[in-house]
Amino acid sequence: MFAFNEGLDSAIVKPVAKGYEAVLPSPIRTGVTNFFANIDDLFIGVNNLLQGKIPQAFNDFGRVAINSTIGLLGVLDVASEAGLEKHEEDFGQTFGRWGVGNGAYVVIPVFGPRTARDTVGLVLDVAADPVANHRPKRTRDVALVIRTISDRANLLPADKVVEEAALDKYSYMRDAYLQRRRNLIHDGNPPRDVEASADIEPLAPLASPAEAVSEPRASVSGAPILALQADSTVVTSQ
Amino acid sequence: MKFLFALFSAVLIAGSASAQELAPDVLIKNVTNEVLDIVRKDKDIQSGNTRKAIELVEAKVLPHFNFTRMTQLALARDWRQANAAQQKALTDEFRTLLVRTYSKALTEYKNQSIDFRPFSAKPGETDVRVRTEIKQSGAGKNIELDYFLEKSGTAWKVYDIEVGGISLVTNYRESFASEVRNNGIDGLVKSLQAKNKSGEAASVKK
Repeated sequence: MFAFNEGLDSAIVKPVAKGYEAVLPSPIRTGVTNFFANIDDLFIGVNNLLQGKIPQAFNDFGRVAINSTIGLLGVLDVASEAGLEKHEEDFGQTFGRWGVGNGAYVVIPVFGPRTARDTVGLVLDVAADPVANHRPKRTRDVALVIRTISDRANLLPADKVVEEAALDKYSYMRDAYLQRRRNLIHDGNPPRDVEASADIEPLAPLASPAEAVSEPRASVSGAPILALQADSTVVTSQ
Repeated sequence: MKFLFALFSAVLIAGSASAQELAPDVLIKNVTNEVLDIVRKDKDIQSGNTRKAIELVEAKVLPHFNFTRMTQLALARDWRQANAAQQKALTDEFRTLLVRTYSKALTEYKNQSIDFRPFSAKPGETDVRVRTEIKQSGAGKNIELDYFLEKSGTAWKVYDIEVGGISLVTNYRESFASEVRNNGIDGLVKSLQAKNKSGEAASVKK
């Protein structure tokens, strides 16, 4: 599935995103990004509410109120300039906050890396997505395509860095995804992984996920699901 | 009047000598500002000249990094399996890989501003985290860019960098471990060499 996504990306999505980046001037691209980011803020607020982070939720709803009006339907992000910070939340993170573990790591067609928990979250994200629920369908489809291209174009710089860095792209993406999600769930303050800072002698739990990924290329050749209990490597420091 | 210039130079030299004892947050701030100032003025780096970015990183950033420690962390328990020569080879290759990655990231820099978050360390602390944030233009969430430093002697050295919570060092752990399991330490050295060679070839082409 990873190979399928890579193929889809390099054959269609990435070239289109590159064209988009080449043709449109940067202020317009920023406007498009802002427009969709404003729509996202609504459910980011809902997820913050569900996680019990009330001030953050009000911050997010405030952003929607300001950007949808003064910000000309979200095209201008005036809220950020007014000090209302942009957040990043989704249902997967809410479940994580509630204590649901990662589960198996999977690569989903089109959507890419997810954990089992985040896959369930994704289903809810899509179900709640105002863009995907928009009618008539024709406008919705156009909006979805533009959003995908815009999102992809924003990732082009990161792309080049990953190509430069990854020894094995599949496992590099997987581990980066897992670290990123862990960081997001803890809002940037995850407990520090003990053996990262203390000693090169790993703690016992490290052995199990290492065994589980003994064949990192397996998924490229067709097995999409890879058991990985990433949470078991996490040991709270101090 | 010449003596004034000499005095001025002496102060400068004294200044850079005591730079060794800079607080970790001041060190990060100085290096970041210095490097980004250069990138902002350098059209070659902005247009993707990785080679030039690498020269910059080697001159300004490398001295503040502890690559042996980084390699040790990425290898985890396999580090002890490696003999001294292998450890050196691994460190050299990993350094090349990280420097190229970091340099590539610099060529993608687009005038974002960096926020230095408040820093406080207890006296006597020898392992700290300095937090910075890259401010995105438009409605992007800021990207956290954190540096982990260790005090060795009088100087602070960076041993890990986290971008948005992703450690540039420990992110290699699983792929290194599986390479060592399948092909041994030398296998890992070889695949790092191959990776660096292809990266080198790609940057020459540019």
